[in-house]
Amino acid sequence: MIRLEGIDRIFQVGDQQVHALSQVDLEVGTGEYISIMGPSGSGKSTLLNLLGLLDRPTSGRYFLNDQDVSGLDDARQAYTRRRYIGFVFQFFHLVPRLTAAGNVELPLILDGVAPAERHERVKTSLAEVGLADRAHHRPDQLSGGQRQRVAIARATIMRPQLLLADEPTGNLDQASGADVLKVLEALSDQGIALMVVTHDANIGARAHRAIRMVDGRIVSDRAQ
Amino acid sequence: MKLLESLRFAFQALTGFRLRSILMVLAMSIGVASVMILTGIGEGARGYVSGQFASLGTHMLIVIPGRTETGGAGAAFTVPDTPRDLTLDDAIALRRSAHVSMVAPVVLGSGLVSAKGRERDIPILGSTRELFTIRHWELSQGTALPEGDLQRDTPVCVLGSKVRKELFGADPVLGEWLRVGDRRMRIIGVLRPGGMSVGVDVDDVVLVPVATAQALFNSPSLFRIMVSATRRESIEPARRFVRDTLRERHQGEEDVTVITQDAVLATFDQILGALTLAVGGIGAISLVVAGILVMNVMLVAVSQRTAEIGLLKALGARRSGILQLFLYEAVLLCLLGAVVGTLVGQAGVWALASTYPQVPVATPLWAWIAGVSVAVVTGVLFGVLPARRAADLDPVTALSRR
Repeated sequence: MIRLEGIDRIFQVGDQQVHALSQVDLEVGTGEYISIMGPSGSGKSTLLNLLGLLDRPTSGRYFLNDQDVSGLDDARQAYTRRRYIGFVFQFFHLVPRLTAAGNVELPLILDGVAPAERHERVKTSLAEVGLADRAHHRPDQLSGGQRQRVAIARATIMRPQLLLADEPTGNLDQASGADVLKVLEALSDQGIALMVVTHDANIGARAHRAIRMVDGRIVSDRAQ
Repeated sequence: MKLLESLRFAFQALTGFRLRSILMVLAMSIGVASVMILTGIGEGARGYVSGQFASLGTHMLIVIPGRTETGGAGAAFTVPDTPRDLTLDDAIALRRSAHVSMVAPVVLGSGLVSAKGRERDIPILGSTRELFTIRHWELSQGTALPEGDLQRDTPVCVLGSKVRKELFGADPVLGEWLRVGDRRMRIIGVLRPGGMSVGVDVDDVVLVPVATAQALFNSPSLFRIMVSATRRESIEPARRFVRDTLRERHQGEEDVTVITQDAVLATFDQILGALTLAVGGIGAISLVVAGILVMNVMLVAVSQRTAEIGLLKALGARRSGILQLFLYEAVLLCLLGAVVGTLVGQAGVWALASTYPQVPVATPLWAWIAGVSVAVVTGVLFGVLPARRAADLDPVTALSRR
């Protein structure tokens, strides 16, 4: 489903060039569950951003479903993100003034789905993450774990092929972290490819495939 | 994203930051309201002046002794230092034209007026019954000055309402005697209160026949002569007739000034129109200031909502979609401001109109349209910069902040 070929990402910091990613090659199949680990500054997040089309490689090619997406224009990129990719962030990034349902509804609104259908899909999606009774609560009325589950419902409501999670449990206590992970893994079982960036070795060990990065390079990539 | 959804989202953003939105709407509405109230006052002043002139009679010519025209050095030798006086005979001569319907000679002076032991110094106006018609004066009691021979000195008078109240209180006045200067006159009527009527306060005056006034002030000269033309079209012929007749009577000397009501009105109209534009412009400046405020606040909103913008991008919003959202938000703010401003402005205009009923304060339609459209244009203009900044945000950096 995903193929990265010789990806380089170079940042200009002052008069210094920083190689955030160098010569990264990667293939990801449908429904895979992958953890990405490595020390700070090793390029984990940059890789995730590139995969999510939030960032462009300096050189190299990115194929999504055999289509080169590294050079798409803004509108096509936005469309691809909307339809194929979901994001889960460490700090949830819920819109504070919208209810849980309102947050989950956002991708559908952006995609122009009719209100009646939106309503149904939001209901189903919230029920899937166990928050049917919290639909009309605003983020500040929800616990951390609940907020992250709302974020997951939002990330998956468009039925993406790829779910990218950057430290999804980094801001949660043990118990709610475990809850969130369970929800994510259930999604992966449904055929969504799940890529989790994490510092937590326990979480890393649960994935079916573990990628380790150091200094912008993939140093190990093995099934487990 | 559909238009309606974008508007709804923008509106939700406005209600989400309530205090900020209220302050912005306030700023904008002050701008719009000030345009409305200021132009309303300007238009009111214009309407008031026009009304005052209309109460004088719009087909009127005013003949004033003396020539008020600047001339070169040569002209200075031919114009006499003291103009010839206007006399009653001049006024009578002016009646002889088909273009003239009424002639009212006016003598103005002041004198001690007393009755029942009370004494006041009051303007005394000598004229004829025609003046009542020309100036649309109405009587609350009795009759106007007597008709007939202009030269006849009749000891009667008509009182202004204030004079009547101050000298007689609630006592009946018709038929009573009034001492004016060294003469006694019988009161035959009382004017209805009418406020100011260009130059003379009709409430605070004593009206006597013109010949009586001349005798009282011991002077044959007239203050001015009011001439009413028969129709609007006859104003010009009447003016020529007046000028020619008086030149002939004054040994070929053109020593009077004839003012037509139209000319004066047009001048005032022009001046007050310019005034309205000027005050409207001042209001418009406050609108622009409000626009800059809106821009500032929108810029703050963009940096406050950086993460939200990054999120929307991650969820698949296009650059143009984000541009729209923030632009709509600015325009909605300004529209709301325009609506509130219109309400406040109209309330202000209404309050002014009911406090000063004689001044027809009303916002002209053009000012209303201009105010609202300037508000919206301001919203778009000053919304573009913040909206572009939002649209151009890099999603990665936007999301990396908490």
